[in-house]
Amino acid sequence: MSTVVLLAVTGLGLGALYFLVASGLSLIYGLMRVLNFAHGAFLTVGGYVGFTVGKHLAHGASSWPGFVLMLLVGTLTGAILALLTELLLIRRLYEREIEQVLVTVGLGLAAVALVNGAWGSDSQSFPAPAWTARTTSLLGAEIPNDRFVCIAAAVGVLAGLLILLHRTRYGLIIRAGVENRAMVTALGVDVRRAFTVVFVIGGAAAGLGGVLAALYNSTVSPGMGDALLIYAFIVVVIGGLGSILGSAAAAVGVALLQQFTNYYAVTGLGDFMVVLALALVLLIRPTGLFGRTA
Amino acid sequence: MTEPVLSVRDLQASIKGQHILDGVSFDVAPTGVTALLGRNGVGKTTTAKSLLGLVHRRGEIRLDGERIDEELTHRIVLRGVGYVPEDREVFGRLTVAENLDLAARDRSELDLVHRLFPELAARARQLAGTLSGGQQQMVALARVLQNRNRLLVVDEPTKGLAPRVVSEVADALASAAESVPMLLIEQNLSVVARLARDVVVMAEGRVVHRGVAAELFDSPARLQALLGVHREEPEAAR
Repeated sequence: MSTVVLLAVTGLGLGALYFLVASGLSLIYGLMRVLNFAHGAFLTVGGYVGFTVGKHLAHGASSWPGFVLMLLVGTLTGAILALLTELLLIRRLYEREIEQVLVTVGLGLAAVALVNGAWGSDSQSFPAPAWTARTTSLLGAEIPNDRFVCIAAAVGVLAGLLILLHRTRYGLIIRAGVENRAMVTALGVDVRRAFTVVFVIGGAAAGLGGVLAALYNSTVSPGMGDALLIYAFIVVVIGGLGSILGSAAAAVGVALLQQFTNYYAVTGLGDFMVVLALALVLLIRPTGLFGRTA
Repeated sequence: MTEPVLSVRDLQASIKGQHILDGVSFDVAPTGVTALLGRNGVGKTTTAKSLLGLVHRRGEIRLDGERIDEELTHRIVLRGVGYVPEDREVFGRLTVAENLDLAARDRSELDLVHRLFPELAARARQLAGTLSGGQQQMVALARVLQNRNRLLVVDEPTKGLAPRVVSEVADALASAAESVPMLLIEQNLSVVARLARDVVVMAEGRVVHRGVAAELFDSPARLQALLGVHREEPEAAR
């Protein structure tokens, strides 16, 4: 029983990371029809900048304020990177999907290469506060506290996104734009502003995810963003492009499937099962679990 | 004659590399309804979309004398061009109220909308995707009519609707046209005969006839030649 609980909570923690990446990808694609392959780089750079700030804090990152500062710095880094990417690159390439893919893939590669150059290619241990490595007893299982931090952050982001989408004018524009972007402009709304908002929110969530992924893995490494990005894309497709609740549900489902299969069957089989789940969803419900049917 | 609210000169447009409009020129009078007619596939909807900047276009388009052919769609709309697209294009996953909120600019004509479509107030919280075709058309019209406009571009508002609803929609358009000039694309000639004062007829991406609606409808031979139809006695629109 305690193993099941441990696997479940750890899986939820991993799912939280998937969600932080997938939510942005999903909104960006849903609204802008942009496949942002640089999204993993937002996460990596956010994680590294947060990590660097934490390392240079007087008392390390072992205090609550130090840890919160790392999270904020990571989030802000992701947001700024996304803002610059949108304004300088993506905005010039609306409706040009091939070019967008080339540019975001290139940006992702370049960013990871820069991280390699600036911080080195080896993974480095993350200066996490000691309390995150301690465990809390839950139904007989000893669960590392960092899992709870990841889950809480993702739930907070989910709640924030739902409030944004359903209680604000930008949210209304985003939801309408996901459905029919041309018609939004034909009602006199400058949808490009919503594009920038969505891109920045996605980047912020990825940057936050970077610090949390470092916490979850106890290390930062240049490849951490891309490792998550692959699963995040799978989550987005399974959940339904443009659906935040779909991304949340699929993130949890994918992570739990992965964790349990890797533990109870063969390590590595979980990853294969995720791809199998993706194939099944595409065959049975190509618009994803929460996606619109045409 | 007074200055037209909209003047279009040598409008060219292509979609996915295919040439659809080949030098379209016409005016929309500053009052009343100008109907844009023609058989299927002659470029009427593309003309409407070109006016709004929804397709790539070249040529000169003036709204009250000012060029708008280089402007982005939302800016053209903010200048006061209300667009009701073919197939309504309401946001099915938004409620009726949200559909209207999204399009709200000055909302100075909200009273008119409530008077024309009392049903919508009762359905404010219903998802627009669950409405009937006629109700969706009311949403599409209300979205635009709630604001003060300088010109309405209305594309096939009665398409696929039951006769009773057709006459309701025609009533609403007639009310709206009392205060705003309208370019109306419409296949139902009874509705056209009721609403339109001027007509512009297109064929193969060009304008082939401009004139007064009544004269066109009084000449069966011309109607047959331009539109390929014998006009039946109007019923639905009356």
